[in-house]
Amino acid sequence: MRIARLPQAGTKRLALICEGGYLNPFSWIGNHTIRFLEEAGRIMILFAQTFSWVFRPPLEGREILRQMQEVGVRSFPVVVITAAFTGMVLALQSFTGFKRFGAETMVGTVVALSMTRELGPVLTGLMVSGRVGSAMAAELGTMRVTEQIDALYTLATNPIKYLIVPRFLAAMIMLPILVIFADIIGILGGYLVSVQILGTNPTLYFRRTWNFLELDDLYIGLLKALFFGMIIATISCYQGFSAQGGAEGVGRATTKAVVISSLTILISNYFITAILF
Amino acid sequence: MNKESAIKIRVANLYKSFGESQVLRGVDLEVHQGESMVVIGGSGSGKTVLIKCIIGLVQPDGGEIYVDGLEVSNLNEKRMNEVRKKFGMLFQWGALFDSMTVWENVGFGLRHQTHLKEEDIRRMATEKLALVGLRNVEDLMPSELSGGMRKRVSLARAIAIEPEILLYDEPTTGIDPIMADAINDLIVQMREKLDVTSIAITHDMKSAYKIGDRIAMLYQGKIIEVGTPEEIKNCSNPIVQQFIEGKSEGPIRIVDPALLTLPSRSQRRGDRDEQEKGDY
Repeated sequence: MRIARLPQAGTKRLALICEGGYLNPFSWIGNHTIRFLEEAGRIMILFAQTFSWVFRPPLEGREILRQMQEVGVRSFPVVVITAAFTGMVLALQSFTGFKRFGAETMVGTVVALSMTRELGPVLTGLMVSGRVGSAMAAELGTMRVTEQIDALYTLATNPIKYLIVPRFLAAMIMLPILVIFADIIGILGGYLVSVQILGTNPTLYFRRTWNFLELDDLYIGLLKALFFGMIIATISCYQGFSAQGGAEGVGRATTKAVVISSLTILISNYFITAILF
Repeated sequence: MNKESAIKIRVANLYKSFGESQVLRGVDLEVHQGESMVVIGGSGSGKTVLIKCIIGLVQPDGGEIYVDGLEVSNLNEKRMNEVRKKFGMLFQWGALFDSMTVWENVGFGLRHQTHLKEEDIRRMATEKLALVGLRNVEDLMPSELSGGMRKRVSLARAIAIEPEILLYDEPTTGIDPIMADAINDLIVQMREKLDVTSIAITHDMKSAYKIGDRIAMLYQGKIIEVGTPEEIKNCSNPIVQQFIEGKSEGPIRIVDPALLTLPSRSQRRGDRDEQEKGDY
């Protein structure tokens, strides 16, 4: 919009902009709140639609397997490396602390609990949202701007069923499986550092890990992973589907998919933990 | 009843806006069984929106669309899908699924709407590809095809499920003139061989004359003139005349003439300084 020319820039222009609502703090907050709620609502609608299609056979078996390979198998190296080094650094750091009051053998417990309850699912979720969420948004976004999604409709195929449901199911199934591997690898990483570098007694270390770890710790982690899988797939697919405006729009959708799903993972992680505490 | 059944598609008083801009402002159009209708109009005149409304990709704000006498603009997703099985659509850039090979693209509708075996789908896809003049391309990926070939594959995909109605979105845009003419021939053949009703939108007049039984002109969200190619050529409406002859001067104004007169260098510099100060 073109605002009338002003002989002197500065305060007068600012006043105009304020009246126009650009810098008025109330309208800024209002606008952003509305936009946020609108988007959150649309994501929830898409989630509900996706969920309802999951129970309407036939499912696209081939497509689900392809996505499971993409989400699970191809993410495996990234997740393993993340988990191994996290477990290792966790052992180093907690050793420093515990040594000060002579409780070095507790390192095993700390590593195991942190990995299964917290770091396993959260770090896996973040890595997968970066690797897979971006790919989903980019692929679906490209399909949107090149009219491939419209083409699906014209061939009497529902794009939610054909494109989103397989990705949703694949993420929901594969994320917990990845987290199991992350937990094991993380604990092994901690073990290696404690025993090989810090010289902890291996039997004692293992016993401290095993005795204090409960099945509940594992379940909480896996439940989180299940939620994170749904979050990544729904948000990334939503961003892809609502992409518009060519290559630039696809790029923006991809960035938004990663940022929003990562933030949602971190925020929901707190609330899931608080509820299941 | 007899006269009604001869009308395949009827669009009545169709309205659609996107935000502030009113794209369709009461479109009326009738397409008869077996007829080839061409809708012409400038870029951004709402041609694409019109056919996307007809096939249910865009929800109109008001008005009715009848396909075989059934009002389709308010159908739910499931029933709309049944209606869509009557349609085949050729998209402007082909819109081929780029994760699938050519034959999988062509056979997509068959795989999802019928219970045919894979080898039968492949055989039928090959037949349809031959119909659009393509051979030995079955196992290529869409990215390996030229623009003209993509359109042909897209056409093969559209006719694979033997639709009653074909929609063409700018069939000749973005390809060379010879290929464009070949596509026009194909469209004429489709009508003769398959006995389909079709709606094509285009701004290529050569194509419009060749493929159209009747031509309708869309201008400012309304159909302003409908007639046979001959009638359109001899139409007295100055807007139609300007469009079919492709003149920049006339009642249709593309840009404000004041913007076209370039100011002198010193004037421009002065303007720019002022703009930097005043414009936000």
